Amino acid sequence: MYKLGDSIPTRNAYGDTLVELGRKNDQIVVFEADIGKSTRSAIFGKEFPERYFNIGVAEQNEMAIAAGAASCGKIVFVSTYAVFASMRACEQVRTFVAYPHVNVKICVSHGGITPANDGVTHQATEDLGIMRTIPGMTVIMPADAVSTRELVIAATQWDGPIYLRLTRDGVPVIYNEETSFKIGKGILLREGKDITIIAIGDMVSKALDARDILSKQGILAEVIDMHTIKPLDESIILDSVRKTGGVVTVEDHQVECGLGSAVSEFLGENYPIPIQRIGLRNTFAESGEYELLLKKYKMSVDDIISGCFKVVGRKKKKR
Amino acid sequence: MIDKTKELERWAQLLRYDVVRMISNAGSGHPGGCLSAADIITCLYFKEMNIRPEEPDWPDRDRFILSKGHACPVLYAALARRGVFPVKKLKTLRKAGSFLQGHPEIHTSGIDMTSGCLGQGLSVGAGMAVAAKIDRKFYRTYVMLGCGEMNEGQVWESVMCASHFKLDNLLAIVDYNRLQFDGSVDEVLSPGSMVKRWKGFNWNVIEIDGHNINEILPAFEKARNTKEVPTVIIANTIKGKGVSFMENDYLWHSLMDRDKLAEKCKQMKKDMENADSFYAKRLW
Ligand SMILES: Cc1ncc(C[n+]2csc(CCOP(=O)(O)OP(=O)(O)O)c2C)c(N)n1
Repeated sequence: MYKLGDSIPTRNAYGDTLVELGRKNDQIVVFEADIGKSTRSAIFGKEFPERYFNIGVAEQNEMAIAAGAASCGKIVFVSTYAVFASMRACEQVRTFVAYPHVNVKICVSHGGITPANDGVTHQATEDLGIMRTIPGMTVIMPADAVSTRELVIAATQWDGPIYLRLTRDGVPVIYNEETSFKIGKGILLREGKDITIIAIGDMVSKALDARDILSKQGILAEVIDMHTIKPLDESIILDSVRKTGGVVTVEDHQVECGLGSAVSEFLGENYPIPIQRIGLRNTFAESGEYELLLKKYKMSVDDIISGCFKVVGRKKKKR
Repeated sequence: MIDKTKELERWAQLLRYDVVRMISNAGSGHPGGCLSAADIITCLYFKEMNIRPEEPDWPDRDRFILSKGHACPVLYAALARRGVFPVKKLKTLRKAGSFLQGHPEIHTSGIDMTSGCLGQGLSVGAGMAVAAKIDRKFYRTYVMLGCGEMNEGQVWESVMCASHFKLDNLLAIVDYNRLQFDGSVDEVLSPGSMVKRWKGFNWNVIEIDGHNINEILPAFEKARNTKEVPTVIIANTIKGKGVSFMENDYLWHSLMDRDKLAEKCKQMKKDMENADSFYAKRLW
């Protein structure tokens, strides 16, 4: 369905998958906050109008309605943008979705700076951290269209709430359809021995690009797609760093509270080694073209590469 | 033989006693808003709602959300008196390890949804009503709101939404005691005409005396028979109703004077014991 290398926004894969799921499971209900054409939930609405509710521009209401419907046994998908789900409706998520532990799957577009030229109001760069702090939440960002499909399907079988973040803009398809995905289980994409690059979401393909260049410069990097940051796949990290002895994390998010934090917290407590986090550092981004923003905010392939060199250097010093 | 009204009045009085006893025992809580809601809660749990005390999670039960969750002692008392859990558990309110949390929590038997963070319950209720419609089930969802709570913007999002989706299986009840935390609703944030507000959003509006069982029950029935639009009951009530020194005093929103309440509790017990054998065997 999705061809390797094609550039596809993961929100498109979300919309397609919702329809596919809707045909198989009549318990699935979708709530939207007046951006169905953009989040792609409208595709579901067209085929299943009786299970699709446009709540209007009212995300707090949307989230609490979703919790109510889920408490009555429905499998509920909530669509909106990441900023609005994680911040406007934050308390509703915490108190009505997470605390009662109901089956609400919050699937949100415009993650990170992928809504690039929309500007800061639409770029969620704190959301993973906010969601990760809530007890019982599961927090996911798939790297491409194939893994989005697989993880959205897995979400319907998962007991409890999920926050799943999507991209507005296209990201390259990196998986073939044979790959199997489990929530909470990272994917070892490339083996290496000198350093481990752990990436999430749209940054996974950047990590792969960085690895190709690094290998020409004599550094063999292992690359892990950590699509789920909570619960964190600790064993895949340990297995890898026991080999490589150093880590670079890469995320389209503030370096606080997201993937970099999750990995650092785990390693700090269990296996302290040199680590470098790539992501936004105490700054908002701005409107602009996605690739240019990555460069300006030090999240580009080049920045991943120099992060790897830094860690390799610190490993040597340590010895 | 005593009639249904009288019987419900006695249950309501017993719930009032339970509330005073529980809050006095816990040393904190919100008596004023419990007492204003006591008659309505009694009518819901002892007459109107279709529930199975022995099977609180029965999927086809009517749902109730106490959106003004701070008034949960009166709800816990009703659940205990209906036999959902033992009356002696009321003693554990707000104590560590108890399932009777300071604000309602979905994991407690008989509680259909967490609440206490004001302004959100009607949205959740709308979600339950939507689920019932999708499943073509007949259970109804009842949501009780406080009038101060209606300062919250999300309330109006849910009000709009419920009429848009024609949720006639949803009933909102406003405990219109005209007092909130810091004073009267007119002092804090004037509501204008409560009735006109809801009418403006195309709700079926019924205004009643929220302490008169002969007005409460017929209002429920009218709501049940109203199709295509949701109904709201604006229940004019008195905050602190039934405890003279609390009535209409906003300072008794929360427990103001523990000794005074403990004293009142003893007095109530004595008076009720002497009044009626119905009470005598149920007091604690
Ligand atoms: C979102 C939120 N803000 C503030 C509070 C604190 N609070 C508890 S009760 C209350 C006043 C509520 O007044 P009302 O809704 O009229 O309740 P009632 O008088 O019926 O008890 C406030 C502000 C809260 N529980 N939730």
